[in-house]
Amino acid sequence: MQAATSIGTSLDFYLFVSFALFTIGAIGAMTRKNMIVLLMCIELMLNAVNLMLVTFSTYYNNGDAQIFVFFTMVVAAAEATVGLSIIIMAYRNLKSIDIDMYNKLKN
Amino acid sequence: MSLQIISIILGSLTLASALMVVLSKHPVRSVIYLVITFFLITSMYIMMNAQFLAVVNMIVYAGAIMVLFLFVLMLLNLNKEVEPMATRGSQLAAFIAGGSLFLVLITALKDTLILGQSYRENHSQIGLVKELGNLLFSKYIVAFELTSILFIAAMVGAILLAKRENQIIE
Amino acid sequence: MAKDLTLLLIIALPLIGFAINGLFGKKLPKTLVGGLATGVVFTAFILATTLFFGLHGTQIVKLFNIIDFEQLRINASFQIDALSVWMTLIITGIGSLIHLFSMGYMSHDEGYHKFFTYLNLFIFSMLLLVLGSNYFVLFFGWEGVGMCSYLLISFHYNDAEKGLANSLAGRKAFIMNRIGDVGLLLALFMLLGQFHTLEFLQIGKALEANPALQGGALFLITLSLFIAATGKSAQIPLFTWLPDAMAGPTPVSALIHAATMVTAGIYLTVRSNFLFELAPATKDIILYVGLATTLIAAFMALRQNDIKKVLAYSTVSQLGLMFVALGFGAYTVALFHVTTHAFFKALLFLGSGSVIHGMHEEQDIRKMGGLAKLMPITHFTFLIGTMAIAGIPFLSGFFSKDEIMAQALHHNPVVYGVLVLAVSMTAIYMFRLYFLTFQGQFRGGAALQSKVHESGLSMTLPLMVLALLSVFGGLLNLPGLFIKSTAHWFDHYLSHGTFGLSSVHNAHLDFSTAMGLMLFASAIAIGVMIWAYLNYAKKGAIAKADEALSGWEQLSAQKLYVDEIYHALFVKPLLALSDFTGKVLDIQLLRNGVYALADGILNTANLTRKWQTGFLSSYLFWMVFGLIIFVAYYILKLSVWH
Repeated sequence: MQAATSIGTSLDFYLFVSFALFTIGAIGAMTRKNMIVLLMCIELMLNAVNLMLVTFSTYYNNGDAQIFVFFTMVVAAAEATVGLSIIIMAYRNLKSIDIDMYNKLKN
Repeated sequence: MSLQIISIILGSLTLASALMVVLSKHPVRSVIYLVITFFLITSMYIMMNAQFLAVVNMIVYAGAIMVLFLFVLMLLNLNKEVEPMATRGSQLAAFIAGGSLFLVLITALKDTLILGQSYRENHSQIGLVKELGNLLFSKYIVAFELTSILFIAAMVGAILLAKRENQIIE
Repeated sequence: MAKDLTLLLIIALPLIGFAINGLFGKKLPKTLVGGLATGVVFTAFILATTLFFGLHGTQIVKLFNIIDFEQLRINASFQIDALSVWMTLIITGIGSLIHLFSMGYMSHDEGYHKFFTYLNLFIFSMLLLVLGSNYFVLFFGWEGVGMCSYLLISFHYNDAEKGLANSLAGRKAFIMNRIGDVGLLLALFMLLGQFHTLEFLQIGKALEANPALQGGALFLITLSLFIAATGKSAQIPLFTWLPDAMAGPTPVSALIHAATMVTAGIYLTVRSNFLFELAPATKDIILYVGLATTLIAAFMALRQNDIKKVLAYSTVSQLGLMFVALGFGAYTVALFHVTTHAFFKALLFLGSGSVIHGMHEEQDIRKMGGLAKLMPITHFTFLIGTMAIAGIPFLSGFFSKDEIMAQALHHNPVVYGVLVLAVSMTAIYMFRLYFLTFQGQFRGGAALQSKVHESGLSMTLPLMVLALLSVFGGLLNLPGLFIKSTAHWFDHYLSHGTFGLSSVHNAHLDFSTAMGLMLFASAIAIGVMIWAYLNYAKKGAIAKADEALSGWEQLSAQKLYVDEIYHALFVKPLLALSDFTGKVLDIQLLRNGVYALADGILNTANLTRKWQTGFLSSYLFWMVFGLIIFVAYYILKLSVWH
């Protein structure tokens, strides 16, 4: 890494945070069994990416990345909505939101 | 100097709360921690002078989506339930996979040439509403219009999916 | 009528007969079917005689192109010359007599129209064979007669007790013929390679202009042609099909296996005389094979008890004699013997047919005897035929055999000695056959004796015509010892009318040698006749029962076990091989192999199916895994691998 004026204000720091957030979200998605918490981990991953995009936009003075973030948020909102209604429907069917109960596509 | 400390504190707090989201046993607590994470991320946006996005982030994510999550949690009345843990093996596999992912991503940072200057020195004006508005309504106008259709589809879908079917008596 | 039109009519008439009888024969009345078949062949004979009298050198009649490339031109064209017209006369003449005989002989058979259909088809194919002007048309006819032989031998394949044996005999004939046909095909390919044409005249002229073409190629070509002749004309080693072919109806044996098809090999050799003259090694091979055949077949005939089998082995032996003549390069002599043999062998076969018919399908001579009084015409004509084949002086067989012996004496006295032995054996077994069948006491039981009757006119008329020909046939080629003007008419006719033969000269013996030869041969023939008369008629000796046969008699009766040897040498290994491929290769390799492949795929699928666990977390895990690989690849690509 290039020498920065200080580590706290360099680009790499925010990239590091973003990577860590993404990894935490990924591990959470693989580990947690509650469907709603699963969705929240996915939101976490999305935010990590948003953070990275904004960082790059700041450093390269490019507005396109921020527009991209905007649209990502739009899509995330729509997806959360539909995802939650699916969870409600799934709860009605199996009376459980344990993701491991939904393995009918096995084999 | 103080800016530096603030950034580091913000970064570590973000990671800590994200960790709590994943690790806590209560679903409601996870939601709360996620809200805190969103607050912190918003503050990072503000540090980088991405004003519009900071506000949108707050309103949409922390304000709307998290409330939705809470509503569903309350609806399903899961407050008291404790979910079973994943097996040790799958937990191990998840950690290894995640850890490897982190490693690989960090490796990408290793020899890259990054503009090492402080974001403060960049004096980025790009995050202002005026600039973003200009860009959104000129270059990305089509995508902007299409998002309205996307919302309608999402709304209709959500309502239809969650509607209670009339019971058919055999 | 124009000659080419005549020729085309000669070929087309049997074909028309075949078509009409084949398509409508079942619905037409029997006399019409038989009459039509006989009529077309007889008409062809008449037309052939007009050709014969108007013969003028060699004339080629081209019908159409079969293959028409620059490098390869094969036409369906026919040749009118002395040799082909003579063979046509024999085929159609004796053919029509046999057709007439069959009208009576096969009258009780339900496959009557089928029989005449096949007979006409055979005549057509044989005519193609002899009238073709190139090896291709000859080959076409060659295969055609092979097929007709098969169809006719296994004619009674439906018979309750002998049906299987009949079809097996037909199959055997076909397969052995096929082995010979490989030789013919090889010869055709080699001829094409050497001369780029298959026309007889063109090849002959090319060789005439440039005899330096001889050497290894010609030896192989002539050897292959001889192999083909061996198959068709039943020489060693491909002769065992002919005795088995006696399973077919008697007219078939007379026509195909006495007079015409078996002479196809001789015809082929005479036609290719210009090739054989330049390959002396092959001629030696022909000589010795023919010699061996004539001796061995005569030996086998000595103790056969089926009337037709004796005649079959006799045919093989006589064919060997003809090949001996060919081996000496005496083509016209061989063809003369073909002619006389056609006369008396057809006579003998038809006579045996008449006997079998009268004896109500009994063929074992141990059950016959004393038929002279019961079937007078048959008896008389059969006696003439026997005397002709044995070589009683002044009958046709005497002259033709004598010519061959003369050639042998001139070229190679040792061969002459062996021939004397063979000729003596011929006389012995023929007279044995005659005396056991027609003289002595009737041994078939009183019930049969009352039913034995002479055959009708349709059967006895051909017998009488053939008897006349057997008696006077020798006039065709008198040796010219006493009457010089008409001597060797046939020799001259043939050698001046056929390409290549004019340069071949038969050996001529001086007067005293020739005279001595004739006297010696007459002495043998008459001596054997007297011995046979004393032995069988006076002493009343009859054929021994199977158990009482002595050593050499057993060998003769069992045909020297040749069939058994062939079976052990060729048939058994082939069957074992097919068993092996059928049971081992087919089942183990192919079937099990395919099953193993299918099983392998199924097992792999079962294994990989376990990947679909249904759990979201595992799916996410694999997604992250893939993502890692993706990112790692790009990092490495951009930084490490430049």
